[in-house]
Order: sequence, then C-alpha cells, then structure tokens
Amino acid sequence: MIRTKLASNSRSFWNRIHCDVLLLAGLLVLMIVGLFTIYSAGGQDIGLIQRQLTRLGLAIGVMLVMAQIPPMAYQKLSIYFYVIGIAMLIAVLVVGVSSKGAQRWLDLGVLRFQPSEIMKLAVPMMVAWYISRFNLPPRTWHILVGFALVALPTLLIARQPDLGTSLLIACSGVFALFLAGMSWRFISFVAIALSAFTPIMWIFLMQGYQKQRVLTFLNPETDPLGSGYHIIQSKIAIGSGGAQGKGWLQGTQSQLEFLPERHTDFIFAVFSEEFGFWGVVGLLSIYAFIVIRGMLIAVKAQDAFSKILAGSITLTFFVYVFVNMGMVSGILPVVGVPLPLVSYGGTSMVTLLAGFGILMAISTQKRIMSRE
Amino acid sequence: MPSPRLLIKDHSAETNLFARRTFIGLLVVFVMIAMVLTNLYYLQISRFEDYQTRANGNRIKVLPVAPNRGLIYDRNGILLAENRPVFSLQVIPEEIKDLEFTINELSILLDIDEEDISDFYKDLKGNRRFKPVNLINRLKSEEVALFSAKQHKYPGVSVEARLARYYPYGSALTHVIGYVAKINKKDLQKLSEAGFEANYAATYDIGKRGIEKYHEEKLHGKVGFQEVEVNNQGRIIRILDFNPPAPGQDIVLNIDMDLQLEAEKAFAGERGSVVAIDPQDGGVLALYSSPSYDPNLFVHGISSKNYKKLLTSDRPLFNRATQGQYPPASTVKPLLALAGLEENVITPEVTIKDYGKFKLKNVERIWRDHNPYGHGTVNVTKAIEVSCDIYFYDLAYKLGIDRISESMNEFGFGDYTGIDLHEEADGIMPSRGIVKALFNLPWYIGDTINIGIGQSYWTATPVQLTQSITTLVNKGRRIIPQIIRGNIQKDTIILQGIKERSPITIKDEHNWDIVLDAMYGTVNRKGSARRAFEGAHYISAGKTGTAQLVSIAQDEKYDATKLSKKNRDNAMYVGYAPYDKPQIAVTVVLENAGHGGTKAAPIARKMMDNYFKDQTFPKHQVIEYLGQELENVGLIQSELSQTETHP
Repeated sequence: MIRTKLASNSRSFWNRIHCDVLLLAGLLVLMIVGLFTIYSAGGQDIGLIQRQLTRLGLAIGVMLVMAQIPPMAYQKLSIYFYVIGIAMLIAVLVVGVSSKGAQRWLDLGVLRFQPSEIMKLAVPMMVAWYISRFNLPPRTWHILVGFALVALPTLLIARQPDLGTSLLIACSGVFALFLAGMSWRFISFVAIALSAFTPIMWIFLMQGYQKQRVLTFLNPETDPLGSGYHIIQSKIAIGSGGAQGKGWLQGTQSQLEFLPERHTDFIFAVFSEEFGFWGVVGLLSIYAFIVIRGMLIAVKAQDAFSKILAGSITLTFFVYVFVNMGMVSGILPVVGVPLPLVSYGGTSMVTLLAGFGILMAISTQKRIMSRE
Repeated sequence: MPSPRLLIKDHSAETNLFARRTFIGLLVVFVMIAMVLTNLYYLQISRFEDYQTRANGNRIKVLPVAPNRGLIYDRNGILLAENRPVFSLQVIPEEIKDLEFTINELSILLDIDEEDISDFYKDLKGNRRFKPVNLINRLKSEEVALFSAKQHKYPGVSVEARLARYYPYGSALTHVIGYVAKINKKDLQKLSEAGFEANYAATYDIGKRGIEKYHEEKLHGKVGFQEVEVNNQGRIIRILDFNPPAPGQDIVLNIDMDLQLEAEKAFAGERGSVVAIDPQDGGVLALYSSPSYDPNLFVHGISSKNYKKLLTSDRPLFNRATQGQYPPASTVKPLLALAGLEENVITPEVTIKDYGKFKLKNVERIWRDHNPYGHGTVNVTKAIEVSCDIYFYDLAYKLGIDRISESMNEFGFGDYTGIDLHEEADGIMPSRGIVKALFNLPWYIGDTINIGIGQSYWTATPVQLTQSITTLVNKGRRIIPQIIRGNIQKDTIILQGIKERSPITIKDEHNWDIVLDAMYGTVNRKGSARRAFEGAHYISAGKTGTAQLVSIAQDEKYDATKLSKKNRDNAMYVGYAPYDKPQIAVTVVLENAGHGGTKAAPIARKMMDNYFKDQTFPKHQVIEYLGQELENVGLIQSELSQTETHP
C-alpha cells in the first residue's frame, strides 16, 4: 500500500478538488486548439477570443462545481431532473420563444434558456438510474421502458423542431441501454425497426428544411450556389489543405470567406484547411484520448449507475465529434452540431463540460458504500 | 415484483458485462475515427490537387485589362485621334433592390434623358446580373463631383472612368479616319469567328468605319491580364500577378492635315469630294467628302435625334470620295486617247474636222459637241485640250467597246483601288458582258460612242480617277493608294512601303508624252482649265469634265436653269502638279455644279496652291508644242558645247 500512499500524496490536491487531471489536460488542449482556430476563422478578431475565453472559464467553473457533487446525489436527482426537463420541453412548445423558424427557447426574463440542453444530461441520467435498479443485463421489459424514457424527450425536441439535438439525446439514452447490456437480439430488432421508421420520419416528422438538408447532403452539386454551397465549399477547404495544410491564418477558403459558419459549425473545415491531414490526425488523437479516458473512468466506476452514465456521456461526446466532422467533410447531412470544445459558442459548451464534471465526480469520489 | 433496492446484485457479472460493452463501445468509436480519417485521406491526399485547383478557382480571378488604342497622326505629326478619359455611370443590377426607384432618384440628381433609360433597359436584357450596365454614357465633370459626394446612398451605382476616342478635327476627317464605337453583338460575333474574342475581353470600343476599322488590328493592341485574389463577394483583396496589355500601334497617315482642312473649306458644305494622292508613293494626301459630320457623336453612341439629322438628302454619312460612283465624263479622254494611239486607230498627226456634229452611217441619231459650232481642225492634243467630243466619238467608234474596256480595266476602272478603307465602291467599266449581266441589255453601237466621252454606263469613283491619273503620270506604274503611311516605333516612323500592281506596258513609250503634253496644254495653252490655273506659281496639268446626269433630247440645248438641281451636271476635274515631276494628283467632283473648268478646277487649284505654298518653282515659259522643250534643251546644249569648244 506504499504505492497508494505515495500516489495519493501526489494527487492529493487534484483529488481534493475532485478534478481528473488527465481529462482536464485533454480538454484544455482541445480548448487551446479551438481558440487558435477561432482566431484564424473569425478574421483575427481578438474580441471573439475574449468572449470565447469568458465562456470557457464559465464552463470550466460549471464543470468543477459538477465534479464536487457525489455520484449518489446525481443518482437520486436523476428523476427530478428528467421530470423538470420534460415539463420545460412541453412549456417550450406552448410558450417558447421562436428564432429562425424553430421554437427552442424559454425566456426566463434574465436569460434565454434552451431546455433541450438539460435533457442532454437528464436523459442518460434517467436511463442509467432506471436501468441500474435491476440486475444487469436488463430484461426486455426494462429495455422497453428505457426506450420510452428516451422517446418522450426525443419526440418533444423533434417537434420544436431540432432534429440534430433530438437525435443526439436519443443516442445518449440508447448508449446507456447498450452499455447496460441490452441483448443483441433486441439491438438487431431495434435496427430493423429504425430502418422501418425512417420513411415514417421522412413523411411525418421532418420539416421541409430538414428534408432539403438531407437531399442536399446526398447530392450537393445539384445546387452549388444554394443549399449545396456550404458542403461544396467545406469540402474544397478540407481537400485543398492537403497533407500539410496551408498554415495557420493562411487558409484561403476561410480567410477569403468562401466558407460559411467558419468559426462555429464549420470550424473543422478551417482546421483541416490550415493544418492538413496530419493536423486532423492530431486533433482526432486528442478526442480519442479523452474518449479512452472517459471509458476508463466508466469501467473503473464503482456502481452500475456511474458506469452507465459515464460511458453514455463519453460515447455521446464522441458522437458529437463524429457528426460534426462527418457533416463538414460531406459524409453526413448538415445538422447544426458544433465541434465540441473547438467551435465558438456558448450553451452547448456549458452542457458538455457539465457532463465532464459528472465524469470527474465519478472518477474522483469514493462512494461511501465501498465494496473493497 | 420485488423492490429493486432489495435485489442483490451480481457485481462481478455486471462488471464483466459492462467491460465488454465498454470495449465494444470503444471499438465503435475507433471504427468511426477510421471512417473520418479515411474520408479525410480521400479528400486531402487522394483528391488534393483537384480541391486545390477548385480552391484557387474560388479565390483567383483573371481580369482582362484593355490595351490603350494606338494614336493616329498626320504626315507632319499632327494628332488626329487621341484617347481621353470619360466618365460613365454604371449600375450593377444584382446589387439594386428597386431598379426603377433608383433610376428615378438618380434622374433628380443627374441629367438622364428618356433615351438613356430606354437604352439602359435594352442593354439590361441579356446582361448577366452581376455585370455593370451603363446608365449614362458621358458624365459631365460637375456631375461626377455631384454623384461622388452622394455615392454612399446608391450601392451598386458607380462612376467608371475609361479612355475613349476623341477626334480633334471632327468632321474634317470623318471619311478618312472613321470612328470607333461600342462593340455590338455583330462585332462580337465577327470577333469570335476570327478568334479575337479573348483579345477584346476588356475592350469597349471597336473601329466602325474608315481607318479605325481598316487598321483595327494595328490600333487595338493586345489585352493584358491581372490575376487577383478575390473574396466570396468578388471584392479584390490583392493583385497576385499583372501581365500588362500591349498598347496598339501609333500610326501615321499620309494625310496632310493642312491640305485636308483646305478641302473642307473649299467645299463649304456643297456636295462633292476631293481625293489628292502623291503619285510618287500612292500616299493619300487628302480625301474629303462633303458634306461631312462629326465622328465624335458616334463614339459615345449617337442619339436617335442626332442620327436623324444625318439622314438628309445630302447624305453626309456617304463617303463620296470612295463610294460615289460618277460618270467620269471628259476626265478620261486622255486615257482613251492613249488607248487610241496604242492601237494605232489615231496618230498624233491625223486630224478630224469638227463642225459640232457626229453621225454614223445608217444611224439616225446625231451626237453633238459641247461646242455647237465645233472646234474645227482637231488633232489628238487639241482634242484633249479643248475636250473635243466629236474627236472622241470617232475614236471610241474606231476602238470599239472591247478594246476600250480592256484598256480602261488596266487603269483600274471597274475594280476596287485597294485603298485602305472598307467603304469603297468599284464603279462600272462597261463591257458587253457586264452590261448584259448588270442590266440585261444588249450592247448598242451608240453606247460605244457615249463611252468616248466617259458617259453611258461608265461610272467611276473619285479615288479611282485619281489612281488612273497617278498611273498615267507614272507612265504605267500602278501604285495602290494608301492612307496609312506607317507606324511609330520608338519615335521613328516605320514606313509601310509602296503597294503596286503589275505595271501597264505599252508599245510606244512616246504615247505617254503625247497625252501628258495634252493635259499640260489643257491648263497652260488654250485649254479648258487655263483660267482656273492662271497665275499659279507651279506648272500643273489636268483635264476637266462635265458629267451629264440626264440625257438631253437630240435637238435640245442643255439649260441648267431648266433642270432640277439634282439633275444638273457634275463638275469634275483631274489634275496633277508639278508637270515635270508630279507631287500631287487631284480629283475633284462637285455634284450638280455645272462646268468642270469653272467649278471643279478652282477647287483643285486651291488644293494645289495650299500644297505648294511653301515651295518655289523656277519661272515658267509656256511650251507651245510637244518637243519644244527638248529642242530648247538641245539648243542650250549645243550652245554650251559651242562655248566649250570656243572658250
């Protein structure tokens, strides 16, 4: 136990503040990469950097606060979070504030607030809470209830409409069920059901602009100046970066503003153009490092709830990365998903880091009821 | 169902299951990373060059830069066509929400008339939305200032400066230089057919008439290119590369501007034309068609009001000097005499008796001389000097149309002279075949008789007549008249050189002298142009002509007052000077003015006076007959040899 003592001594400070150093290091590296890329993409506007720094500071603060809360508390609070979240989603549909044709915000007087952000954490928490009450692997009945818990907020958010977020929230719930040990038979059943559901979704659920996005994604060259413009310009930016990249601040597609949404959703194209294929390999390595670290935390976690929640948060985080990179490089349709921790922007970053705060809590806090 | 909290969990099984699921989850993550990287590899490595090209295509635009048009000078270095900056108001349709409203607003501020607006909408059709269209072709400088101050209020509207042609001598040179004007659809089609479209990518104007048109290739120059980096708005961020245009050649004309102005003055707006050529090199010294018009009106697009003014019965747009086809009348008598001498149908010694009438056997018709009493005994020299019609009726009859037509073709009648103007007519040198082809009429013997005095179907342009005179004074050397003298390269004029056709050869070289002496006599002895050239400080030679435009009934007398002005005779004169070493050959046509000797010859005199104003010539003793001069020279030489032998 000498090793443990020594180790606990050197880790004492970080442990005391419940911070996972490796995870924090990975996140900070990403944030720095993000700041440099935003500086280049935003026309070297230092004001943009200051605002992003403020947001990052706030988000890190939220993360550290979240890390202080014991996982037990999350377990107990899950159901309240979920119920309040659902209530707010219904409220959004009734009295929400519209912007750009979608009703996504609740105006609380002081600030505008997007309830779907809460659900990004509340759904995996709720599913993890529900499923971990039983012996794992769960029975089919429990899985079905789990799916119902996922489907309700997903459909509510899809109605706003915000297809991207609703799908990501569905993912986080389904990941939780998968990690809990959902049977392969059931998984294949769901896969078949989903493929059957696709045409129904196309006809009844998707809005015109969403259908257009998918159509454009399937063949962007049909409308090079209209909706296909984003994808075409983005692919040109990425492709012209080549292996080495054009160099920081040297990307013609981004500096000359051919690229849309440069510092937000399409920042990956700017990064790829300026830092090239090897830069992308580096960036993906950082993401992979964070994911591996998250999954390790999940494996080492002491109870089913923590394991499922940590694993779900980590996998969902990577889905964000994959969806963003996929849409920017033209293998997925354009849905408004930012590149986590790199894109300029507020709300989603806070939610993300709140999720990592929960991960840190799981990683650093010993449960009172320890098995060992 | 038991309460879940009371369930005893199988922790190790759970941990194993979870570890497996986590591993699968990680595996899926790595598959996704592999997908992203494969796609990125495909985009950034496999198709790198393709996307690099497209990225450059986005940011790099090649803008053509128009070359400056070559300047035009006269032979003494006077600038005849220059480039001046002009300002136009341009509108980019794409950038304007309400076009009509904007134009209304602008018309309060600036001077825009109905025609500008209708032209604008005409140009707007078929124009790409992002390409600028001219609203006002020429802004006054105070309008430029006025608009510039308020430009921010009108996005999409801008003042554009460019160089445009200006012709300082205006109407005096129109029929020589022509003018440039905006490239139209027809021009574009021609350019693309010739493969010159790219060279005109930035060019606004193109030569439409005259020298500007004929020497377009020389004057235009070669387009330049500017490689620029643009942003997504198309705004130029920086210039990457500049390939400057090669300006058009500056050219020098044979025109003597002082002489040209003299021509304009001499005609004073009366219908007619003059062509003056230097017989030594074929250089066109002056070419004036009256009335003329201001070419500057056309450069910026002539208004229909102004254009209508030019569509008068006087036809100022018509280049009489090269396109006017007139019966040459008596001006061609020396050439006919030469043909007669060559074919031996006449000799210098043979005379005829002229009692004012000519009649053929078995033909009722009587041909009359312009002198009702006749000229008495007439040899070839006198026939030319006094323009005896009877002599030439007889000559033409003896020669026959075939020989006349062949001989006159050699002097260039019935064919283009090859002057460097596209506006040229070829006239008619009648022959049996041509009359059949053109008019579907048989050839009558009476037509041959009329050909003898340059009438009947025979028509010639003033430039053809001048060319025939230069051929005559050059004794068969056929030089093609040229307006262009050369081009300027590094302050020196590279002469274009003389263009010639194969010369006319005749059997007896002495025949040239007989004919030229007769033309000398026309001016200097008792000839028809003596009065016009009385007191000139140089010796000239020439031939008058009075062209009938309507046939006068047999026994009727020509009475100008009875004829409408349009049907009165054309006064004509061909001449050259100095007689011994000609420097200038002139043709004058004055439409419906009457007698050549009294109306046309004085204009030729003015031209020659002007041309020789700075030259002095030795005092002149009239040579009374051909050979007298030679005899004099012989006498002097014998005297000289005598003095030599007897010092």
